[in-house]
Amino acid sequence: MGTNANTQSSNAHLTTPTRLTGSEILWATLVGEGVTDVFGYPGGAILPAYDALRKFPIRHVLVRHEQGAAHMADGYARASGKVGVAVATSGPGATNLITGIATAMLDSIPIVCITGNVSSKVLGTDAFQEVDITGITLPVTKHNFLVTKTEEVAGVLRQAFQIARSGRPGPVLVDITKDAQQGSAIFDFAAAKPRPYRPHPMLRVEASGLDQAAELIRNAKRPVILAGHGVIESCAMEQVRALAERAQIPVGLTLLGLGGFPASHPLSLGMMGMHGEAWVNHAIQEADLLIACGMRFDDRVTGTPSSYAPKAKKIHIEVDPAEINKNIKVDVALVGDLAEVLEQLLPRISGRNGSDWLRTIEGMKGAVAVRDIKNLPDLGHLYAAHVMHDLWRATGGNAIVVTDVGQHQMWEAQYFHHDQPRTLVTSGGLGTMGFALPAAIGAKIACPDKEVWVIAGDGGFQMTASELATIVQEKIKINIAIINNGYLGMVRQWQEFFYERNYEATPLVSPDFVKLADAHGIAGRAVRTRAEVAAAVEEARSAPGAFLLNFMVEKEDSVYPMIPAGSALHEMIRRPGRDPLEERADDR
Amino acid sequence: MLHTFVAYVEDLPGVLTRVASLFRRLNINISSLTVGRSERPGLSRLTLVCEASSEAGHRIRASLFKLENVVDVDDIAQAPSVTRELALIKVAATGQNRSRIFELAEVFRARIVDLTSESLMIELTGVESKIEGLIEVLREDEGRILEICRSGKMTMRRGHHVSSVLKAMGAAEGETEEKADTASEDSVASGQA
Repeated sequence: MGTNANTQSSNAHLTTPTRLTGSEILWATLVGEGVTDVFGYPGGAILPAYDALRKFPIRHVLVRHEQGAAHMADGYARASGKVGVAVATSGPGATNLITGIATAMLDSIPIVCITGNVSSKVLGTDAFQEVDITGITLPVTKHNFLVTKTEEVAGVLRQAFQIARSGRPGPVLVDITKDAQQGSAIFDFAAAKPRPYRPHPMLRVEASGLDQAAELIRNAKRPVILAGHGVIESCAMEQVRALAERAQIPVGLTLLGLGGFPASHPLSLGMMGMHGEAWVNHAIQEADLLIACGMRFDDRVTGTPSSYAPKAKKIHIEVDPAEINKNIKVDVALVGDLAEVLEQLLPRISGRNGSDWLRTIEGMKGAVAVRDIKNLPDLGHLYAAHVMHDLWRATGGNAIVVTDVGQHQMWEAQYFHHDQPRTLVTSGGLGTMGFALPAAIGAKIACPDKEVWVIAGDGGFQMTASELATIVQEKIKINIAIINNGYLGMVRQWQEFFYERNYEATPLVSPDFVKLADAHGIAGRAVRTRAEVAAAVEEARSAPGAFLLNFMVEKEDSVYPMIPAGSALHEMIRRPGRDPLEERADDR
Repeated sequence: MLHTFVAYVEDLPGVLTRVASLFRRLNINISSLTVGRSERPGLSRLTLVCEASSEAGHRIRASLFKLENVVDVDDIAQAPSVTRELALIKVAATGQNRSRIFELAEVFRARIVDLTSESLMIELTGVESKIEGLIEVLREDEGRILEICRSGKMTMRRGHHVSSVLKAMGAAEGETEEKADTASEDSVASGQA
């Protein structure tokens, strides 16, 4: 059967009510919702659905572990803004999704996970591969559904897509029993439309609040905009930029906000928080006004809440009313979609001279730059920061970079500058090691024309390295940079700073990643000095297939600056004053 | 402080778990929960009482609203309202002491709803302290109380009060249902704009 014929027949399903099996309804509904790619792993309870899959114009990516399926759906959603879809069977297939679902939940990513379950007649009897997945995923989904009737499949799936993408987005799980897949019902896509979207009743943007915010901005001497993930989710890049430029306010970014405001913009301060730039955190502590845009004052951003930005009035523009005053008490709350709120606020903002404050911050930057490893020679060593910087230069900053979790993630955030939204894909809230490789596969399938780089540590990469086979089977061109320091680096750094260098369980033996890639049919190369970096990156970029670079970096380097957990934002651990690149006794 | 929330939730399997799970997640104990049918078909009304910091009320209400099956949430807080509990109390009573219990019941405006040769059942409605009061005097005679069954609190605001959510849904009566649908569509349209 040709794909075109399939497309026509499935489109016919969408316009004319037809009797279909539950499995066919499942895929037809996905087609109707605009889904073109799904990530999954078959098994007994979802087999009826897989049996019907070939009739529909949907690309199915076979993963090697269901956690990978959830992360791929997540990466797909983050890179494209569309809803990602993961499919798994009942029992262990479903439970393997959970880390991926929780990752999406913590970062408000719209994904729909579809699981099969045992027949409705044996639900609750501990049947083979039966698990209460709606019960298990209740706290890590925005909502979930159990479907036991074929007639409900279309309506529930459409509702799931609406919930996933509306308001503050999030993951939705739909658990469909085997008999609901096997039964038949009239499929009427239009009639199965979800009930009207219900905005959160506590959304509130009043003229008085807007006036108050405008007044605070007008009178502020030392204002800072804090731009978060909401800037990207709400597509408010233009509005944030307009606010910053019109009122000459510098912009600090959260990890997930990177790309929401161009890093190359003169008003961009870079990342704030635990590993944020020193001048951003100092600016926040000195500020007399914070304008928080689509961010939630996460503990990694605030340090100790009681000592956070003590001199600042705070304006919070946020789509989720439950975030208001949760971590930090604010003076003005504008609760609504960020882009819409800023559209209402902007006409109230007039030009403002911010040059004194901007000059003060520039001064802070200058003092810091001399300690920045970026500006120091490598003396024959390979520093991860240098790798990030060179990678950024080589790609022109145009690639989608998918990072794992740990030191390399922070170095990427510090030294790879993102000018465009959706060019950094990373697990922020949950901090999920093993995220990068599968999420990058999802990102590449969502954006096949974009250059995609995985940046992962040697620890996190091994958590989901089995997805290398998925890359080969799907013939995907992804470049992989492993930042290999032989340690679980971020944990080692904590042990160095806070546990008297007791490196318990952090030294890490890894396979030869180049050989591992080779075993999968993926080319690769090890890189040991900075001089080799540029050529290796070019070799990877120009290789026709996926390519792996194993960067053998400095073993015991740390991410600076660092705010110890539970400290105030200005109490940073700085890169040691002595030449950080001089040989250390324990260096081998 | 003691928070009282009144919520309209969809009458579906698992909805109570979702509500309870929210409080579990916040490590807040639900001290009283009463659920029953409401004036609206398909919607249950629940009264939930919990002890939490004074600032927690906003977040709990906002989080309850985020549950897909929760339609409306009212934080009663200090608003003028009527709260009642119901108690069924079975006490051991033979001919000799029956009349004393009848007297007590009268003082508390309770009703005797079952009577056998060895025991009788008292039905009492009122505020918590009134129910505690009757139980206390009944306990003065050891071994008299056989069983106690108490409901949680039920709370309703005084005066004419309809939340904006319920107003948007239209009247509770069936004949105006069509109008109710239009109203909710309208509110959606304005919310999405």
